[in-house]
Amino acid sequence: MAQLFKRWTNKIPIAVVAGVLLLVAGAIGFFAFFGSPRYTDVGYRPMQPLPFSHALHAGDLAMDCRYCHHAIESAAHANLPPTQTCMNCHTLILPQSSRLMPVHESWGTLRPIAWTRVHLLPDYAYFNHSAHLAAGIGCFSCHGNIAGMTVVTQSQPLSMGWCLGCHRHPEPNLRPAAEITSMTWQPDADHARFAAELAGRKKLNPPQDCSGCHR
Amino acid sequence: MSSIHQHEQQWIEGQPTFGGLTDQVSALVENKTPRGWYIALAVSSSLTVVLLALIGYLVTRGIGVWGNNIPVAWAWDIVNFVFWIGIGHAGTLISAILFLLRQQWRTSINRFAEAMTIFAVICALIFPSIHVGRIWFIYWLFPLPNQMSMWPNFRSPLLWDVFAVSTYFTVSLLFWYVGLVPDLATMRDRARTRLKKITLGILALGWRGGNRQWQHYEMAYLLLAGLSTPLVLSVHSVVSTDFATSVIPGWHTTIFPPYFVAGAIFSGFAMVTTLAIIVRQVFSLQNIITVRHLENMCKIMLVTGLMVGYAYGVEFFIAWYSGNIYERFTFLNRAFGPYAWAYWIMISCNVLVPQLFWFKKLRTSIPVMFIAALLINVGMWFERFVIIVSSLSRDFLPGAWGYYKPSWVDVGIFAGSFGLFFTLFLLFIRFLPIIAMSEVKGILPQAHAAVDPSAGEHHTRRS
Repeated sequence: MAQLFKRWTNKIPIAVVAGVLLLVAGAIGFFAFFGSPRYTDVGYRPMQPLPFSHALHAGDLAMDCRYCHHAIESAAHANLPPTQTCMNCHTLILPQSSRLMPVHESWGTLRPIAWTRVHLLPDYAYFNHSAHLAAGIGCFSCHGNIAGMTVVTQSQPLSMGWCLGCHRHPEPNLRPAAEITSMTWQPDADHARFAAELAGRKKLNPPQDCSGCHR
Repeated sequence: MSSIHQHEQQWIEGQPTFGGLTDQVSALVENKTPRGWYIALAVSSSLTVVLLALIGYLVTRGIGVWGNNIPVAWAWDIVNFVFWIGIGHAGTLISAILFLLRQQWRTSINRFAEAMTIFAVICALIFPSIHVGRIWFIYWLFPLPNQMSMWPNFRSPLLWDVFAVSTYFTVSLLFWYVGLVPDLATMRDRARTRLKKITLGILALGWRGGNRQWQHYEMAYLLLAGLSTPLVLSVHSVVSTDFATSVIPGWHTTIFPPYFVAGAIFSGFAMVTTLAIIVRQVFSLQNIITVRHLENMCKIMLVTGLMVGYAYGVEFFIAWYSGNIYERFTFLNRAFGPYAWAYWIMISCNVLVPQLFWFKKLRTSIPVMFIAALLINVGMWFERFVIIVSSLSRDFLPGAWGYYKPSWVDVGIFAGSFGLFFTLFLLFIRFLPIIAMSEVKGILPQAHAAVDPSAGEHHTRRS
C-alpha cells in the first residue's frame, strides 16, 4: 500500500503545537497590554468647554489646589469650583477675553460650566475623597503632576488592581499634611520611618475586603 | 476447572474470528446510512435547535424567563446539571475502575459508555453556564489575572466545581480518544475513498500496530485509567459540596459526597443499560453485548440503588436523631409536604424498582431491565429535584416560603438537552466504531492461545 502521507507531514503536528502556543501567548500578551486600563484609560484627555490651564493657574501662578477645589479635604466628593470662584479674579483680570466667554455666560445665566469629568470612578465603587487626604495621600499620587498640565489628563489607571496596590502598601504614597497638594515634594531618605510613624499615629488600615468600596 | 474456564471466556458469543469481529463492527459505519438514522437525527437535531433558540431567548431576556424565583433560586437548571453530570459517571467507572480491576466484560460496552460520558458532560456544562445570567462574564469563573485584581473565592465549592468538571471532561475525552486510536487505524486501513483515508489517517495518529506502539498505548491507557479513577469519586463529591457546605436544612449533611457518588453511578448505569439495549437491538450486536453484560449492569444498579436507598433512610434517621427541628421539619416536609408527589416518585423509582434485580429471571429479561432502567433515570432526576427544590422552597422562615413551578422555557431547555445528547450520540454511532474492536479481540480465546499454548488453566488466571 502506498504511503498516505509524505515524509514532510511529520512536521505538521510540531508546527501546529508551536503555532497554537504562539497564538495563545500572543493573545494573552495582546489583551494584557491593549486591554489594560494602563493602555485604555491612562492618557484620557477630553476637550473641555473652555481652555482652562492648570499649568498656568497651579503651575506658573502657584495657586493652591484648594483655592478652587476647596472641599476636597472635607467632602466625600471632590468639588469643582462654582463660577463665582473664577469671577473672584476674572471680574478684574482679563474681563474682556473671548476665551473666558463661557465663564461670563455662566455667570450671567446662572448655569454652571459643563466640565467633562476626567477622573471618573464607577458608581459601584464607594470612594471618599476626604478620607484619602486625611490619611496623608497627596494629590499627586492619583492625579499626577496637574500643575504641569495645560489640559487635564488621566495619569493613573484608576483600576481596582491599582487601588488595591496602594491599599496594600500605602507607605510610599504617604506625605506630611503640609505637603499634601505639592507637586514637587520628594520623600527624603528616611521616608520609611516617617510613613510607619504616620500610619501608626493615624491607625491607617486601608480596607481590602469587597465591602470596603462596594457597599 | 474447565467449567470455570468456559464461563470466563464466554463474554463474546458465537466464537467470532478477529476478522469477523472487525467486519461486524466496521460494517455499522461503512454500510449505507440507514433511513432510521436520518429520522432519529431529524428529531434529535430539531430538539437541539429548540435548545439553542431557548438559550438565545434566555440570554437576551434574562433568567426571569425561568420559573426560578426567591426562595427557589436554584431549580431545574441545577437539577439538570447534576442529573447529566451524574449520568457521565458510569462511563468513567466502566472505562477506568473496571479496567484496573481487569473486568473483561467492560470491553463490549466501554466505547459507547465513554462517549455517553462525554456527551452527558457537554449537556451538563450547559446548565451552570447559562444559569449565571450574564453569560458574557462567564470567564470570571476562572482564576484569570485581571486589572480588577478580582479572583474567584477559592474557598467556595462552586469554584472547585469548575475545576472538577473541566478536568473530568478533559480526561474523559483523552481517555476515549486514546482508546479509539487502534480502531481508527483499522478503519483507515479499510477505507475506500481518499478523503476517508486522509481523515482517518490524521485521526489515527500514524498508528501501525507495532509492538512498541502497543507498549506505549497500554501504558498511556493505564495511566489515564489511574487518573480517571479518583475522578469517578471526586467529581460528584465536589458537586455535592455545592449543597453540603451551605446551611440549608436538607443540604447541610456530611453524607452528601458518598450519597451523590452512589447516585451518579446508579443513574449512569441506568443510562448505559438503556442505550446498550437499544444499540444491540438496532445493530444486531447481541453476540457482543450479551445478556450477561446487561445482567452485570443490573447487579451494579441493584448495589448502588441499595446504597441510595440506605442514604435516604439515614437522612431521615439523622433528622430525628440530631434533634434539630429544622432538619426534622425538612424531611417530614419532603415526604408529606407540597412536593410529596416528587418524593414518592423518587422512592418508587430508585428504591423499589431496583429490587426487581434480585431475581435472575427479571434481571436477564430485556423488557424488564429496559423499563426499570428508564424508571431509574426518571427517579434519579426526581432525586435532584427533591433535594434542591423541596429544601429551598421551605427553609427557616415560614414567611419566605414558596412553591416552585417550572416555566415552558425550563421544560424546553431540558428537553432540548436530550436532543443535543442524542444528536451527538447518533453522530457517534454513524461515524465511529461503537465497540472497542481491539479490546474485544483481546478477550477472545484465540488472543491467548497463541501466546501460551500450554494449558487452559493458565488462561483462567490471566483473565
